[in-house]
Amino acid sequence: MAGKGIAGDIRTAREHDSAHKHVSGTAVYVDDIRVPDDTLVVLIGQSPHAHARITGIDLSAVAAADGVVAVLTHADIPGRNDCSPVYGDDPILAEDVVSYAGQAVFAIVAETMRAARDALPLAKIDYDPLAAVLTIEDAMRAGSWLGPSVTMESGSPDSALAGAPLHLSGRIEIGGQEHFYLEGQAALAIPGEDGDMTLHCSTQHPSEIQHKAADCLGVPNHAVTVETRRMGGAFGGKESQGSLPALLAALAARRTGRPAKTVYDRDDDFMLTGKRHDFRIDYDVGFDSEGRIQAVLFEQALRCGMSWDLSEAIAARAMCHADNAYHIPHMRVVSHRCRTHTQSNTAFRGFGGPQGMVGIERVIDQVAHHLGLDPLVVRQRNFYPHKFSAGTVKGRTPYGQVVEDCILQDIVPRLAADADYEARRAEIEAFNRTGGMIRRGIALTPVKFGISFNTTFLNQAGALVHVYSDGSVHLNHGGTEMGQGLNTKVAQIVAHEFQIDFDVVKITATNTGKVPNTSATAASSGTDLNGMAAQAAARTIKSRMREFLAEQHQCMPDSVTFANGRVRAGGAQMSFAEAVKACYLGRISLSATGFYATPKIHWDKARSCGRPFYYYAYGAAVTEVATDLLTGENRILRTDILHDVGRSLNPAIDIGQIEGGFVQGAGWLTTEELVWDEAGRLRTHAPSTYKIPACADRPPVFNVALFDDGENTEDTIHKSKAVGEPPLMLAISVLMALSHALESVGDDYPMLDAPATPERLCLAARRLGGPGIALGDK
Amino acid sequence: MTMVNLTLNGKQVSADVPDNTLLVTFIRETMGLTGTHVGCDTSQCGACVVHVDGESLKSCTMLAAGAEGASVTTIEGIADGDSLHPMQQAFHENHGLQCGFCTPGMVMSAIELVQDNPNPSETEIREGLEGNICRCTGYHNIVKSVQAGAKMMGG
Ligand code: FES
Ligand code: FES
Repeated sequence: MAGKGIAGDIRTAREHDSAHKHVSGTAVYVDDIRVPDDTLVVLIGQSPHAHARITGIDLSAVAAADGVVAVLTHADIPGRNDCSPVYGDDPILAEDVVSYAGQAVFAIVAETMRAARDALPLAKIDYDPLAAVLTIEDAMRAGSWLGPSVTMESGSPDSALAGAPLHLSGRIEIGGQEHFYLEGQAALAIPGEDGDMTLHCSTQHPSEIQHKAADCLGVPNHAVTVETRRMGGAFGGKESQGSLPALLAALAARRTGRPAKTVYDRDDDFMLTGKRHDFRIDYDVGFDSEGRIQAVLFEQALRCGMSWDLSEAIAARAMCHADNAYHIPHMRVVSHRCRTHTQSNTAFRGFGGPQGMVGIERVIDQVAHHLGLDPLVVRQRNFYPHKFSAGTVKGRTPYGQVVEDCILQDIVPRLAADADYEARRAEIEAFNRTGGMIRRGIALTPVKFGISFNTTFLNQAGALVHVYSDGSVHLNHGGTEMGQGLNTKVAQIVAHEFQIDFDVVKITATNTGKVPNTSATAASSGTDLNGMAAQAAARTIKSRMREFLAEQHQCMPDSVTFANGRVRAGGAQMSFAEAVKACYLGRISLSATGFYATPKIHWDKARSCGRPFYYYAYGAAVTEVATDLLTGENRILRTDILHDVGRSLNPAIDIGQIEGGFVQGAGWLTTEELVWDEAGRLRTHAPSTYKIPACADRPPVFNVALFDDGENTEDTIHKSKAVGEPPLMLAISVLMALSHALESVGDDYPMLDAPATPERLCLAARRLGGPGIALGDK
Repeated sequence: MTMVNLTLNGKQVSADVPDNTLLVTFIRETMGLTGTHVGCDTSQCGACVVHVDGESLKSCTMLAAGAEGASVTTIEGIADGDSLHPMQQAFHENHGLQCGFCTPGMVMSAIELVQDNPNPSETEIREGLEGNICRCTGYHNIVKSVQAGAKMMGG
């Protein structure tokens, strides 16, 4: 292949396809779409009670207010009053009972947001408050569950635990997390002829909104089209939670015959939408004096909120990550799905995996502390066997999947050496022994994260590719762009297939009219699925072109080549555009769909076993922190990451995902704290009280590298690996490093819960008998 | 209603708007320049940063009437025709964005930061951008972008 290749090929650090628009302010988000002048806005009237019966609704004064065009209650829904993703248990607008403070009860449709806000307090709604179950504690006591508890088991956990030489047990509480996508939930509905509805949504799941909107309007799916060009961040928070604003906009548009838009402001977004699940994990572990873990029993209780939402699959993923990277022969995980009168918790980057993983990392850390060993040594002693390990015994997870691709034995020693882990740990311990008020800590934690939707049927994707007669290419697929660079990667894949420059490929908005019945862009699988589907579509077109050109130029179809923007057939050589033109004149179809379904996977939900994941993504991080024992104030001083993305499709995008995921995970485990009051009202519903990482919270020394020997052992798109979620869990190293810093304070294990806020650190230091008290008394 | 007259990206504009119209609403809705974003409505995220008489300002904290007679510059007004402002160029080249929602505010804050301090250290950049939240990038490439932008701006 002569020449310098195509611009923006795979494996190049091509910048985000919309980068130019983002820096110049011309990228269009839902709330930026030019709308007709008569477009209305929708404002949601929320429940002030966590749990109450509605005894009377009088909205006449609201309806009569200036600028109000309509008021909607559940009685105004022509079809089904439901916006849930799975179980039919999320009313769009409450009927007789409200189940969380913030729940949508009615909607005001008005000329302007100002008019809607002014009318809001005129609503008269009578409530009869009912007893509310708010916390995991409450729910476990009251037996308030959404469904039966589920057990996953391998080996003989009870007898193995009893037979183990050493035992520990404990509990860790892990807080939830608000997504805080910078662009709030947003949807615009435009009514059409025949009762049709077009929706522009900030959603990870256009197909679901299409189907739910059709149900609530009482029309077939074909009457609704949903389009998503981009989201201003999503992180799982727009997988199911985009339905409510979209359905209300559709109902308002149907009712008034005018376009209508629902855009949550930040406070409403906090109050209305679900978050990452908080967990309480109890454990019993049996191990030997070397730190080899023989058996673990976990009880995971998660707060699901008032309805299922996606909690069942999230709980399953938490169970499937209770082992993280460790081969534990005897294990039982019991999962309790707590029903509470709070927001219905939902998908968030990692989807339960992070909480499951924090559980086992805590166990390992406590075992190491008990034995006086470096936790890294204990971790390494328990890793799943390496992919090339001698012998026939591969590691088997508690859910029965054989771990065939483990490379932590390659990643971890390399990272430990590059980050100078051992020497720094020794230096830190010496420093802490001097007994000052500042203590430092360091931890290296690994990640093994399963890639594929736990729910097997979701692992499918479609794409649509047109080649126009001038040689330009229109690319569409079922995935959605939320900043992760999916569109860029898929366009690189198509450009590579046709061997044309990236800019010849036009990326277009996700649209249910182009690719139907898609899955959410989630589970990190956006590129794995949609990249394969787009490649298949491009290959179909290429093979039609090959056949035609072979006939025209008297050669074998296989000998027709596409390289560096040129096509060769027999003795002829032409540009891609010329080849396309010839095919067009030869009446060859230049449009194709592509489809992909992940092979090999299956999952038995009832028995919690199978092969839910096509492969695993691996990585590891070393983090060093410092904390002030007196105030609990803490900082990350340095983080080093080595992460496996297989063979990277775009190193710049992959590294960006790793950095962003790590910092978001660090926020979850340190500063981001959600607080509900005794009445069940969320009190941290704005950035003034809910602290996500800011620029100065980023580690000052932050070395991020891709594992350059990485290659997916499975046949994924160009041997790459998914990268969206796994790096978030690298931040568990921050929590463990903070725990390490506290270990120097007393003899006991710190038992640090998450998020490790200054208050928690301070209290833990006191509990351990730290010098904080003495000095504080002076 | 109040008549608001100001210079927006070098052009004289005026409109009759309700008294309590925020500057960001004036820019986005009255003037249709949607590059300035709203991320929190409560002056904490920085997505709405514009320049008012050369100083960066969260446009959700100011009434449009308060900018009467002022010169307001938004993200749409900093490029020189087709060629990007060096700070825009730097964010573009250094992957200083993912979803892009914070980007216009970041770029506007960064320009002022460099105008005040042509050679900012990494720490000064970190502290200078405290008022701008990004949920996607982890800030690493944003700091890199600002450093590169400062160089290109001739610092
Ligand atoms: S919208 Fe102005 S600071 Fe967030
Ligand atoms: S790039 Fe998404 S918020 Fe900054």
